[in-house]
Amino acid sequence: MSGWKISVDKNMCIGSAMCVAIAADRFVLDERQRSGPVTGEIDPDERVRDAAASCPSEAISLTDAGTGQPVDLD
Amino acid sequence: MSFESSPVKFTPALPGQPVAEIATVSGDRPVFRAELPDGRMVWLVSGYENVRQMIIDQRFSRALAVSPGYAQPGFEMFAAGSIMGLDPPEHTRLRKLVASAFTARRVEALRPRVAGIVGELIDALAGQPQPADLVAGFSLPLPAQVICEMLGVPAGDLERFHAWSDAVMGDWQRDADVIMTALAELYGYFGALIETKRARPADDLMSALIAARDDVDRLSEHELTAMCCTLLIGGHETTANQINLSLLLLFDHPGQVAMLRADPGLIPGAVEELLRYARLGGLAPARVTTEDVQLGGVVIPAGEQVIPLFGTANRDPSVFADPDRLDVTRDAARHLSFGAGVHHCLGAQLARMELQEAFRGLIGRLPGLRLAVPASDLEFKPGMAIHSLRELPVRWGEP
Repeated sequence: MSGWKISVDKNMCIGSAMCVAIAADRFVLDERQRSGPVTGEIDPDERVRDAAASCPSEAISLTDAGTGQPVDLD
Repeated sequence: MSFESSPVKFTPALPGQPVAEIATVSGDRPVFRAELPDGRMVWLVSGYENVRQMIIDQRFSRALAVSPGYAQPGFEMFAAGSIMGLDPPEHTRLRKLVASAFTARRVEALRPRVAGIVGELIDALAGQPQPADLVAGFSLPLPAQVICEMLGVPAGDLERFHAWSDAVMGDWQRDADVIMTALAELYGYFGALIETKRARPADDLMSALIAARDDVDRLSEHELTAMCCTLLIGGHETTANQINLSLLLLFDHPGQVAMLRADPGLIPGAVEELLRYARLGGLAPARVTTEDVQLGGVVIPAGEQVIPLFGTANRDPSVFADPDRLDVTRDAARHLSFGAGVHHCLGAQLARMELQEAFRGLIGRLPGLRLAVPASDLEFKPGMAIHSLRELPVRWGEP
């Protein structure tokens, strides 16, 4: 199974910190409280999937590093 | 690192009453032990960074706070069965089921319908004799109608479920039996409604939740019922009173209303400032520490109840310059009125949009909107969860 690429659209992020609270080792807030990934490519991690699915502004994108396809968030 | 030996007696300000300067109350300790009027010994957390850090940190548990031994009557009994009283991963499993219905994108699609409801309510108000009660005629029916349509609840049942909601969210000091009876009736109401929907699904959130239960077993029947109750109550009580409290602030700042009327593009920013400035809630729900946690220069031991003082975060001068001044043109979007972390208000985007449309309608179509009675005559329902106005008598037009 290939890894996942995480990206966060800082323009869509509203700083809810939902992702940081779910996966504190995967997301970090900048000084404007906008989220970003700690590392851009990770092994599949259910908490990151949860964070992406729970984001109130749908700012987190997860793609399969091998295929480039979006990761199913369900 | 200081020892916290002597708890401070702390009484939350009543709605409409001045708030004591927290540094004076605590002796300049941002995180301090306090005894509440109900006798609870808790830790209080003040200041923007401390509050934000605390509510994001999973070592402050909501699930523990609603567990037997900690749970208070009223709101916490209600929260115990719902996403408001769970930690990840259980919290995430349930929240994911509804998160997609409340995203910024989905909410934006509802804006025309919300603007339409605002228009209908104002049409009805305009045909009424003055003074009119804005609670009954606008601030309550607007969010109630919206969440009813989203969930699939008959809006005609507003009076019934609002009475239960008042009991649950209202006076925590009252006999716990009254609260438990109201909760049981609310659950019974939804139990019956869910059976009706189960037989005849529709294009609404309740039907989607029923399918998530029946088709893929994502949640239990109790969790399903609790989720519906949470969405319904959370979806109207809060927004209704944020409209009320915002209007009270705007009545005191006619110059700022004039600016909003001249440039409605300022309204979204004004909504954030009004969220920052208004004190919608009483004392926030507690979290309980799962281990010893260092915060604000002290160590809070495991098993302690900890309460964030959101008002001190929203009025923190290191984040909001001249914080006690209402300024609808400031950038107030960092306020913590929706919380942060896993319990960040599910309906935040919906509430923002409803508030924007509400003020666009009221300011644009009812010029001269003003209080019809002295502010000191306004009555808040007793209780602590939400500062809830009984009535808001208003006039509009030429004085």
